[in-house]
Amino acid sequence: MSDTIPFTIDGVAVEGRPGQTILQAADDAGIYIPRLCAHKELHPFGSCRVCTVKVNGRPQSACTMPCAKGMVVENNTPELLEHRRGLVEMLFVEGNHYCMFCEKSGNCELQALAYRLGIMAPRYPFQFPDRNVDASHPDVLIDRNRCILCARCVRASHDLDGKNVFQFVGRGSKKRIWINAEAKLKDTNLDVTDKAVEICPVGAILKKRQGYAVPVGQRLYDHQPIGSDIEAKRAAAAQA
Amino acid sequence: MSHASSPNMIVIEPVTRVEGHGKVTIQLDDERKVKQARLHIVEFRGFERFIHGRPFWEIPVLVQRLCGICPVSHHLAAAKAMDRIVGGENLTPTAEKMRRLMHYGQMLQSHALHFFHLCSPDFLFGFDADPAIRNVIGVAKKFPDLAVQGVMLRKYGQEIIKATAGKKIHGTGAIPGGVNKNLSIAERDVFLKDIEQIVAWSVGALKVAKDYTAANLKELADFGTFDSNHLSLVRADGAMDLYHGNLRAIDAKGKKIFDQVDYQNYLDYIVEEVKPWSYMKFPFIKSVGPENGWYRVGPLSRVNLCDFIPTPMAEAERKQFMALTKGAPNNITMAYHWTRMIELLHSAEVIRDLLHDKDLQGTDLVVKGERRREAVGLIEAPRGTLFHHYIVDDNDQIVRCNLIVSTTNNNTPMNRAVEKVAKDYLSGVEVTEGLLNRVEIAIRAYDPCLSCATHAMGQMPLVVEVVDAAGKVVGRGERGTRIG
Repeated sequence: MSDTIPFTIDGVAVEGRPGQTILQAADDAGIYIPRLCAHKELHPFGSCRVCTVKVNGRPQSACTMPCAKGMVVENNTPELLEHRRGLVEMLFVEGNHYCMFCEKSGNCELQALAYRLGIMAPRYPFQFPDRNVDASHPDVLIDRNRCILCARCVRASHDLDGKNVFQFVGRGSKKRIWINAEAKLKDTNLDVTDKAVEICPVGAILKKRQGYAVPVGQRLYDHQPIGSDIEAKRAAAAQA
Repeated sequence: MSHASSPNMIVIEPVTRVEGHGKVTIQLDDERKVKQARLHIVEFRGFERFIHGRPFWEIPVLVQRLCGICPVSHHLAAAKAMDRIVGGENLTPTAEKMRRLMHYGQMLQSHALHFFHLCSPDFLFGFDADPAIRNVIGVAKKFPDLAVQGVMLRKYGQEIIKATAGKKIHGTGAIPGGVNKNLSIAERDVFLKDIEQIVAWSVGALKVAKDYTAANLKELADFGTFDSNHLSLVRADGAMDLYHGNLRAIDAKGKKIFDQVDYQNYLDYIVEEVKPWSYMKFPFIKSVGPENGWYRVGPLSRVNLCDFIPTPMAEAERKQFMALTKGAPNNITMAYHWTRMIELLHSAEVIRDLLHDKDLQGTDLVVKGERRREAVGLIEAPRGTLFHHYIVDDNDQIVRCNLIVSTTNNNTPMNRAVEKVAKDYLSGVEVTEGLLNRVEIAIRAYDPCLSCATHAMGQMPLVVEVVDAAGKVVGRGERGTRIG
């Protein structure tokens, strides 16, 4: 049995390793597949569907689909980009995302992905949901207005921090990120150094009193679109 | 458009070449004499309420969204309040000077915009000139050098804001207890290259305003003019200081009502009154009372109130200005323009001094101390004294907010000016566009930002309404229309 799995993404030959998902193999090959719920330190979850690709003509989430020999994967096609735009736009309208004063601006994966996808304004009507802020913890704040239900915090708290601070409540449009405590975030064993705090892709879980410390122009996505770090690998390999 | 339902009410809506949206109603009696004239601010925004529950460090960035004209003022006033919340009000030299540079950059751009873009058409073409020419495009065609200077002065100020706040509009530079960046040598050198030109253009703009006022003093001296109290921040030594100081108030003759008041206690000195016909509140000096306690703020008041301006060229100009009234406060509404240009020059001089200060390249940016629950931040914004007052709970969330915006302070004065001009020019005559423009000129002198004043956004179109003796609207005029 070969220890590599050859397949193609948009016609480019990729060598996956056994056990890798399409997304992981693509990352190693320097091909960026957009994602929000996926994170390299977490188990695949497959909730946001932004990484949807076509595998042999059928839509699949790249973050959960294992790579297999001879797969023909489509990623950067007009159809899929449009599909991703729609998903990201839905995330914008179903929460209260005010990038203009959000301290995560410039470092926010949702905002960066919208820029990368060329979204100027969402096509769907804003829902303006009534959501709350839990600022009871001395060092950490949850602003549920900005949560995209990616479950990174749920997984990170459980799998990386060895705790179980976060959980979802409700279903459908009523689904919210919540905490495993009777009342407030302060009643949990969450610590500001927990991985669950820093892994939030948006401005929903924040370290208190640290906002805006990095000036405009020096933030993560001020100069390079999201995914540039992954694509740089391929460019470097091509030059070598 | 104009539609008179009775012959005794004129409405100007919108007022043009001002920031925000407002209207003027002019009520006439049976002899068609002006009985009452009012400036109505018809926007409503409600920032004081909807920031409840937001974390305090977000406020300097959030609340500046009140306005796109001088957001730096709100950014800095909120930041000054939040400095106190985190116990970091004694900023490092780098932090304070970066903020001063940001603020004086803003003062430069805002004053330049108001003078060149909004007001110069009235001066250069005359109050009665054809409105098709009497606008910024007309200025650009007939006085191209002046128009370019206006644009370049504004650009310089905007670039200063970008270098200090990160963006030209709605930046993030000031954070509780300090700033998030210093000024690099490379950034500094770009500004140093052009600063002498900026100072020279400021001198030129001041000369236009000064010469115009001197040449037309006879008409302007009484144009929308009235006696009033004045209020502003001054430095501990009485100097003009647009970033920080203590409150001083004087009456129309120059007698001090209070001096060197710590603005944390402003509520002991200033009260806000609500009236049913405007979304803007009416502040007054508590000890003088609502009838006579209203006051003016902004460039005229600041030049009247300070003992001196701490930069040489602007100080020489202040002396010249004060000589006109033999050192007594100048109460001429149209003198706002002259004093605004003195401040333009002062701002250019302060920027020049700051650029040569090595503290701007320091790396000690933030201080923190003992936490407080309540704090007030004041700043002299381009349009006058700006008050921000916050209470923050133990969870770091805003639970109360009160803002007194510069234009709000000038609410009663603007109404007085409108009424005086209406009475002087509109009584018993057929109302023409030129006469209506005079009402707007009186309002423009104050450089009002009506959107901010209602804590509310947008351009300031204005409406004039004329009401008859029974209070019925008999005429309504928007910009460029005849009032019947």
